[in-house]
Amino acid sequence: MAEPVLSVRNLDVRFRTGDGILHAVKGIDLDINPGETVAIVGESGSGKSQTMMSVMGLLASNGWAEGSVKYRGEELVGLSPGTLNRYRGSKLTMIFQEPMTSLDPLYRIGDQLALPLTTHGGLSKSAARKRAIELLELVRIPDPARRIDAYPHEMSGGQRQRVMIAMALANNPDVLIADEPTTALDVTVQARILELLADLQKRLGMSIVFITHDLGVVRRFADRTYVMKRGEVVESGRTEDLFAAPKHPYTQMLIDAEPTGRKEPVAANAPVVLEAKNIGVQFSLEKSFFGKTTHVLRAVDDVSLTVRAGETVGVVGESGSGKSTLGRAILRLQPASGLVRFEDRNLMPLDRGGMRPLRRHLQLVFQDPFGSLSPRMTAGEIVTEGLLVHEPGISRKERDRRAAQAFEEVRLDPAWRNRFPHEFSGGQRQRIAIARAIILHPKLVVLDEPTSALDRSVQKEVVELLRDLQKAHGLAYVFISHDLAVVRALSDEIMVMKSGKVVERGNAEQIFDNPREEYTRDLIAAAFLTERGIVEPRTEPLAG
Amino acid sequence: MAEGAVLPVETMTGPITGRSLWAEARGRLIRNRASLTSIIVLAFIALACIFGPFLTGHPFDRVYPDYVKVPASLEAYPKADQIEPQIERIGARVRAKTENVAVDGDVVHMNLVSSSTRPIDERLLAYFERSDLFGPARVVERQEEGRRLVVDVPLKRQYFLFGTDTNGRDLLTRTMMAGQVSLAIGLLATFVAILIGVIYGATSGYLGGRVDLVMMRIVDILYSLPFIFFVIMLVVFFGRNFVLMFIAVGAVEWLDMARIVRGQTLSIKRQEYVQAAEALGVETKGIIRRHVIPNTLGPVVVYMTLLVPKVILLESFLSFLGLGVQEPNTSLGVLISEGAKNIQGATWMLLYPSLTLVAILFCLNFIGDGLRDALDPKDR
Repeated sequence: MAEPVLSVRNLDVRFRTGDGILHAVKGIDLDINPGETVAIVGESGSGKSQTMMSVMGLLASNGWAEGSVKYRGEELVGLSPGTLNRYRGSKLTMIFQEPMTSLDPLYRIGDQLALPLTTHGGLSKSAARKRAIELLELVRIPDPARRIDAYPHEMSGGQRQRVMIAMALANNPDVLIADEPTTALDVTVQARILELLADLQKRLGMSIVFITHDLGVVRRFADRTYVMKRGEVVESGRTEDLFAAPKHPYTQMLIDAEPTGRKEPVAANAPVVLEAKNIGVQFSLEKSFFGKTTHVLRAVDDVSLTVRAGETVGVVGESGSGKSTLGRAILRLQPASGLVRFEDRNLMPLDRGGMRPLRRHLQLVFQDPFGSLSPRMTAGEIVTEGLLVHEPGISRKERDRRAAQAFEEVRLDPAWRNRFPHEFSGGQRQRIAIARAIILHPKLVVLDEPTSALDRSVQKEVVELLRDLQKAHGLAYVFISHDLAVVRALSDEIMVMKSGKVVERGNAEQIFDNPREEYTRDLIAAAFLTERGIVEPRTEPLAG
Repeated sequence: MAEGAVLPVETMTGPITGRSLWAEARGRLIRNRASLTSIIVLAFIALACIFGPFLTGHPFDRVYPDYVKVPASLEAYPKADQIEPQIERIGARVRAKTENVAVDGDVVHMNLVSSSTRPIDERLLAYFERSDLFGPARVVERQEEGRRLVVDVPLKRQYFLFGTDTNGRDLLTRTMMAGQVSLAIGLLATFVAILIGVIYGATSGYLGGRVDLVMMRIVDILYSLPFIFFVIMLVVFFGRNFVLMFIAVGAVEWLDMARIVRGQTLSIKRQEYVQAAEALGVETKGIIRRHVIPNTLGPVVVYMTLLVPKVILLESFLSFLGLGVQEPNTSLGVLISEGAKNIQGATWMLLYPSLTLVAILFCLNFIGDGLRDALDPKDR
């Protein structure tokens, strides 16, 4: 077997924090062979990113690494940043999760691309520019000679990630470390970036280290896989073997973590809870000097939907498709045109004060469990805030009792209700957000990507919780998501949105088994890389 | 890494009390050595300023005509070389010559010889007591029919640790009084500025739209008033007054606060927890009070610790110009201004009040820095 290009032995990473020393990576061994794709899989907090950050010498200032990291036999741990720069950026390169922030907004793409070429490659300015155009061509940016002078904000998320990849490839690296390179991108863009990476590897013959939580990506691309849990490698081996016969229960759990189960259909005569007709939302982007709107974005364009008691309507689409705006519009949190009817009442003529008594029936759960809970209030205060508004008569003690009850309902220990949001994990916070919505016994809950920010295994639990709550209280859901796996596990009816319009709608089975639109097919393909076998397995050549 | 820290599964009957962000920030602040030291030093200065004037033994407005502009010293006054000239001067007033002057501990022995043929008028010995140096004189022996007196005069030991000013007042006591005034103005004016600024800014930012426009334009108009001109106008109309200082300083400083809080509010308004509260139907007042204001307080607290020194400096500046606190009351600005006038002959008059001001400002700035680090959400 060939000598590994990168070999990690007994690596420990520790962080000095306010509450003592955090042992993030606990004595792990890794080998990366030339030309190989290796995946490191684990949930958030498993130490997978910190392992590679310490290889690159990019640990936060309160962290340090011990052990050995050898690049072609040369020790990297303990090198000064100056010496380390001989390797990183040229032979070892890294791309990050967030393409929106990894590029400096003040410099043109071309200048940022040329920097590693002039510093590491020793090229002249004009030669670097020529090479930068080549690189942009390599990562398939259209019209590279013109785009090279663009600023980062002029490019889409997928294009920026391509530029990041081009920067990483600039000096023909031996190892490319990709830290969740597609997580922040839309599913259809994701698939294209992954194809690009696989194709580039084949042409350039470098090794790729893939850090991800997405097993679909792993299965499709990786030769070998390391599974990490709480700073330790619990299982490693060839990807096929690992998926075929996982030995460690944690690996098994990750593989099984896809939300399963289907929603039982709701009776056809169930009462209609909410009916929205011809909803339209416009944002004026540009105004002339006299305040006349000259450029309009139709975020939601003539969308109608009906939700019955106990029913879930899934709204699917990529970012910018207007699905969240639609959710806010039907709750009257966003000025909109059209008609919204709740039970028998027309909501459109109501102002803020008029809506207030109805708010308890119409609730909202957000995507980001970190942002949706006020950091200065205790979990109990957050959950019972709605009671202050809608049942102002009840005593403090009664509120506390109701909080404890709601905590039990979302399967949190009621003893934790005096803790603050930052003391909970992501999944627990999302449960608090759900408890806040259901404590008022609403009739309709709009769930705006409630599982997107969570780990797969936590996602599964939240999906099950939502399903149980729906059954127990006869809730109607409008479930907004880009993740079709989750939508499928919860929804009766699905609407696919693109650029503010509904492109396809129907019941869940119909959409998944027989999608009519190309766009729907793309979304499904991206979401079920593994399960559905729509994407060809790795052994076959990839379409350029 | 907060995500990775798995919470221990506890089964307890009573609710667990959580550690709020404030509690965590306090922990971080106390671990910061520079700010902890500053807090202790500042507390010491504040306590000294409050209780010190009772302990120095000098009322802050007591004038010692015999101790005008004496330098700071750890030893007690009067000094040995001050005693004899003073005794000779008093002797001359008693119409006697002094002989065999001997200092013995706290008592001065001397012989007084009448410079005329008449006996010495013993009532005139009261001059000794009237001086700041001596106690009441006691006649031990009368010789030559009262023309020669053996007199014992006790010395009045006095300490002027910071020296005295041009009127002969104890500078230590006055510095402490000045510290009291400066700190009081600093804290009170800051409190007023923050109270107005936070409520105004949060309301303006949260309501947005036309209300915001009008409210912020009012702030802009007030900004454009020249401060010194504004203060002079106030002084002209209402006379020089301690309360006026609060009004003047508070009226100007809340503008900054309102802008900071408004900016914070604009970003908090977009936070999902505010939208969640709106979806719950919470009315505007409740959102501002429960969600917006508590979450702006981090930067507000930091700004407050930086505002206190700013206000103290502003007060000093006004007092320096003669628009501030009035005699015999004093403030650090007044003392420094006097010190600056006497810098050639009496450096201590400038040195000690300035050092006090510098120490207070240093401490407040360090505390502000520490608070900023402690409240920084990036560290979480």
